[in-house]
Amino acid sequence: MSINPKTPNPTTRNPRSVLKSRLHAACAATALLLATGDLGQAADLNALIWCDHADPALLQPFEEANGVKVNVKEFEGTGAGMAIVEQSQPGDWDVMVIDSIDIPRGVEKGLFEPLPEDKLPLADLFPQVKMDSSTVVDGKRYGITEKFGYNTIGYNKTKVDPADMQSMAALTGDKYKGKIAIYDYYLPVIGMAALAIGKKTAELTEADLPAIKEELLKMKANAKLVGEVTASQTALATGEVDILVGGGEWVTAGLAKENPALDFSIPKEGAVLWSQSLAMFKDSKNKDMALKFIQYIMSPEGQARLATSACYWGMPANTKAALSDEQKQILRFDEQPDFLARAQPYPAPNADLDKKMQDVWTEMLQAQ
Amino acid sequence: MNSATNSGRALPRAGCALPWALVTPALGWTLLFFVLPFLAMGFSSLTAHDGGGFTLANYSQFFANPAYWQAMVNSLQVTAIVTLISVLLAYPFAWILAEQVPERWQRLALMLAVLPFWTSYVVRSYSWLLVLAQNGVINRALTGSGLFSEPVQLANTRLATVIGFVHFFVMLLTLTIFANLKQLSPSYRKAAADLGAGPVRTFLHVILPLTLPGIMVGAFLTFVLCIGDYITPQILGGNNELLMPQLVMMQIGRRGDFPLASALSIILMAVVTVAYLACARWLKIERA
Repeated sequence: MSINPKTPNPTTRNPRSVLKSRLHAACAATALLLATGDLGQAADLNALIWCDHADPALLQPFEEANGVKVNVKEFEGTGAGMAIVEQSQPGDWDVMVIDSIDIPRGVEKGLFEPLPEDKLPLADLFPQVKMDSSTVVDGKRYGITEKFGYNTIGYNKTKVDPADMQSMAALTGDKYKGKIAIYDYYLPVIGMAALAIGKKTAELTEADLPAIKEELLKMKANAKLVGEVTASQTALATGEVDILVGGGEWVTAGLAKENPALDFSIPKEGAVLWSQSLAMFKDSKNKDMALKFIQYIMSPEGQARLATSACYWGMPANTKAALSDEQKQILRFDEQPDFLARAQPYPAPNADLDKKMQDVWTEMLQAQ
Repeated sequence: MNSATNSGRALPRAGCALPWALVTPALGWTLLFFVLPFLAMGFSSLTAHDGGGFTLANYSQFFANPAYWQAMVNSLQVTAIVTLISVLLAYPFAWILAEQVPERWQRLALMLAVLPFWTSYVVRSYSWLLVLAQNGVINRALTGSGLFSEPVQLANTRLATVIGFVHFFVMLLTLTIFANLKQLSPSYRKAAADLGAGPVRTFLHVILPLTLPGIMVGAFLTFVLCIGDYITPQILGGNNELLMPQLVMMQIGRRGDFPLASALSIILMAVVTVAYLACARWLKIERA
């Protein structure tokens, strides 16, 4: 993915844009202070993270080994994360967890620092999850994939026929009507709908949206709810539904001990590959420690802890992750080469198509 | 200038300054945390997401997109239903508390009535989800008693959202109506009885009109809090339909479209303002 040439140069922004950004910053300053409190000493590491990085089991070993405190702030959605950064002072943040496909957005805004490839275990990563088309911009690496998984079909194997879960047709047929939940995030589920009608997720255009919408409406007609992470996970775990569209190991693996009946399939149409990356801020005041943090997360030990985080499990990007045999079995580690071969990339629309996809999703949600 | 003149001039100044001194913190707070953010939001709503100039496109999107319109319709429907049911449940409840419960027990009864307020709003909503779920208490009772052979879908519906809201707002309305009922002098009822009015006529023509301000204040609070609430429909509604707060949040999550989110919020505030004007005007007539 390349930088959008239409993006205005930050140094030549018009006064209205400057005023707008100042207003945003002024209004959010108080909220930010309340939300984050003191961002800590300059020697601390300040990380914008997803919930899986907040697990003390992941952070404490790094803090103890380096004598540093990691201050974290969780966010959901790249837009919300970017807003926090824009409302902060340069240097407030050191590292950020971000959807791999959204790294170019941060680079466009001039937020990220190139990472030294020779100091990162890139050779140990699953080749398919390096996502160089997103993580490398203009020949420089701005992000490294740390965790991945699949938006596919999660299900309770004692309630549904696992053979049915090998085809997405089961999601729109009558057999499981009212037994289905849909994960409430438009990009991966639109990707799944595209796969169901034989489209490639990397080649989606506006012309594909009517057919995708039709497929989504069929899924919605069968669904009991459309829920975010907690709601959809709870619905599957409590038996409210038996199938989760968009689910995968990130739902089932963490619950494996309590509910071993939960499983996921990669149907014949394929699955959508999600991946999250780590990036370092250009204005970080603690770049050495930020790099150490990234190196720790990418190390075999850090990868194992991140993969099995209390918030949600996922596949470690590093093939050498120090997972136990049991953990590997739960994550279906050995099946990854086959899964990756059948998975398609996360849809990465431009801003215009992204907006149109979200509108299609809104129409699907409103459909009765 | 003599001392008498000095003191004569100083007194009115002090009398004038004191109210301003007292009101300044509240005004400052409102300016800082309401007026300025509101102006910023209004400004943001008139800008383009891609950093272009001033535009009304964010507002026109709302009026042009039926799915966005539907969110407002859904919000108004849910809010109207919740407000009506809450008033109908809260009034008799407040009446019983104020009129039937002995005075020495009223404080305890009121405390018990508002006990659910002590629980976190989010926890309360998730608790309702468990109660209304397919394997929840209600469905177990329905299927266990033989009334239904299959569980009924209660959770993840508009009904669940309404139940969650009503549970909360009945308490709020009970408090406002109870306070209003307690302020009524017993003389009104005695006078009505002296003039030959029975209990029903006294209630309809004396008590109800006199407690309408309390009802309207509670109903307006219910309206405002309900139409702007994100948590309850998000947890209990199952996203099977979108309400305005959910539509606003949707613009922020991934795309960070604050201008459109601001425009939708301004539209929502405009609806609340209309509701306020309607209530204020109505209350004024009643008081006259």
